[in-house]
Amino acid sequence: MFTEENFKKIEELKKKYPKTNSLMLPVLWIAQEQFGWISNETMKYISELLNVHIGEVYAVATFYTMYNLKPRGKYHLQVCTNVSCMLRDSENILKKICHLKNIKLNETTEDKKFTLTEVECLGSCGSAPMMQINNDYYENLTVEKIETILNELK
Amino acid sequence: MEFNEKLLLPDIPNLHQIEVYEENGGYQALKKSLQMSSDEIINEVKRSNLRGRGGAGFPTGLKWSFMPKQSEKPKYLCCNADESEPGTFKDRYIIEFNPHSLIEGILIAGFAMGIKTTYIYIRGEYYKWYLLLQKAIDSAYQKKYIGEKILGSDFSTDIVIHRGAGAYICGEESALMNSIEGKRGYPRVKPPFPAQFGLWGSPTTINNVETLSNIPIILNRGGEWYSKIGTPKHPGTILVGVSGHIKKPGVYEIPTGIPLTKIIYDICGGILNDKKIKAIIPGGSSTMWLKGDEIENVTMDADSLKAVGSSIGTAGMIVMDEDTDVIKVLKRISHFYHHESCGQCTPCREGTGWMEKILHSFEKNEATVSDIDLLLDVANNIEGNTICALGDAAAWPIQSVIKKFRNEFGKKVNKNPIQKVVNPPHLIVS
Repeated sequence: MFTEENFKKIEELKKKYPKTNSLMLPVLWIAQEQFGWISNETMKYISELLNVHIGEVYAVATFYTMYNLKPRGKYHLQVCTNVSCMLRDSENILKKICHLKNIKLNETTEDKKFTLTEVECLGSCGSAPMMQINNDYYENLTVEKIETILNELK
Repeated sequence: MEFNEKLLLPDIPNLHQIEVYEENGGYQALKKSLQMSSDEIINEVKRSNLRGRGGAGFPTGLKWSFMPKQSEKPKYLCCNADESEPGTFKDRYIIEFNPHSLIEGILIAGFAMGIKTTYIYIRGEYYKWYLLLQKAIDSAYQKKYIGEKILGSDFSTDIVIHRGAGAYICGEESALMNSIEGKRGYPRVKPPFPAQFGLWGSPTTINNVETLSNIPIILNRGGEWYSKIGTPKHPGTILVGVSGHIKKPGVYEIPTGIPLTKIIYDICGGILNDKKIKAIIPGGSSTMWLKGDEIENVTMDADSLKAVGSSIGTAGMIVMDEDTDVIKVLKRISHFYHHESCGQCTPCREGTGWMEKILHSFEKNEATVSDIDLLLDVANNIEGNTICALGDAAAWPIQSVIKKFRNEFGKKVNKNPIQKVVNPPHLIVS
């Protein structure tokens, strides 16, 4: 169930789109904000709310990489490894995180705090290498900086 | 005479605030436009010779003129702020430092084409920039620049930000429209073109952030004035993003037609550790590579780059020094296109995976000599055989790197391959 506040947000959104089924992406965002990830139950709930087939919700939720289809750690570390970051040694940034947190790519730490994934270009090529932690960008990274950044995340 | 003025990203502190923008001549172009006819505005943009800054370089005025004058259905404008082409990071600077130039550009375009609602499609990862842009839009609503009967005219229009959710393909205009409609980002077969059948089947135009931000400048100072900046066929200032092995990476606003060597050595301070250039990718990862010895006398504009077999794309230039392992870089690019292929067209869906696999075998020194031509064959069979340009974008880097660095592939070939017998002749039936 969405919170009262989120229902209000959805009512506001309905004024912005001519068709209710077009609210799919914004409503999935709202769901992810509230629940942290998109479960099958959430998809069923959205399908009833927007009056679309559950298959359509599933099709959209699985197409876009930012919708989490399983729970993530409190901090989602997303390291860009695309060309510009790669040329600036993003490989070692990734290695350092794996080493510090004792996890591999696409894994979550045992205390459920950190999930590490690799992402495609996030538009920070001029300040490469970079990573995104939840909604925030961390740019011009160095192996030394990584340790400080991770230590600050409690 | 060299043009030194910065039009899109001027050095004015706090320009993102609406009051500061107004003090510096902001929203004057909108006021002027509201006194003009639709044709007058479109003709002014045509006179400027402004070409789209999103990658395809289509003339903006011409694109606008495709929109039907009369339409029973509402008309829409999409602003493409998806900015996902690797090596491209310019639009976020406009959104952060000069968002009202974008909003004003949208409003002028909206008035010229009779737009009911503009959807700004911003990539999901740009959360910070989404908040910044929303704040700018809210302040423009408050000042009655957006909404019902703007500035006392008969024109009403709205601006809505639509957040993407992580899909490179949504930067393709028809995939972008499907994504706004709440569907998977699948590109559509064209025709029908967006001006006839776009968002929800209505007439729609799609323009890039940087393109729209140029509109207030053109209306303020005149299309003819604008057309004289830089090269005549591709005029104006452009935001060039430079990244890779470069001393001062970043976004620089320069007039078109500046030599690549000047950008690299004068503006960006040269190559890291003063090494030589092995290759550059001039306009985002989809464009054809140029070898270090090919860039002399090449300038940053559509025609000059086309003449050497590449293109300006998004003007996101990636520079690689002499020690770069081009196969490793190419494999990473191929991985990207494989990951981002939407899966509609077989050549792209399957071919991008095969290309990545073959490049992986080169990286691991497991490939054979014939794999070079096999890789080229796959690329040639993707190019031109898909609904959208992602297939071409995946093929072009491979074709150009094989053409220019064939010896590098040769070096990576396995010298002593174990000859696997695929169909052992167990039985010979006589």
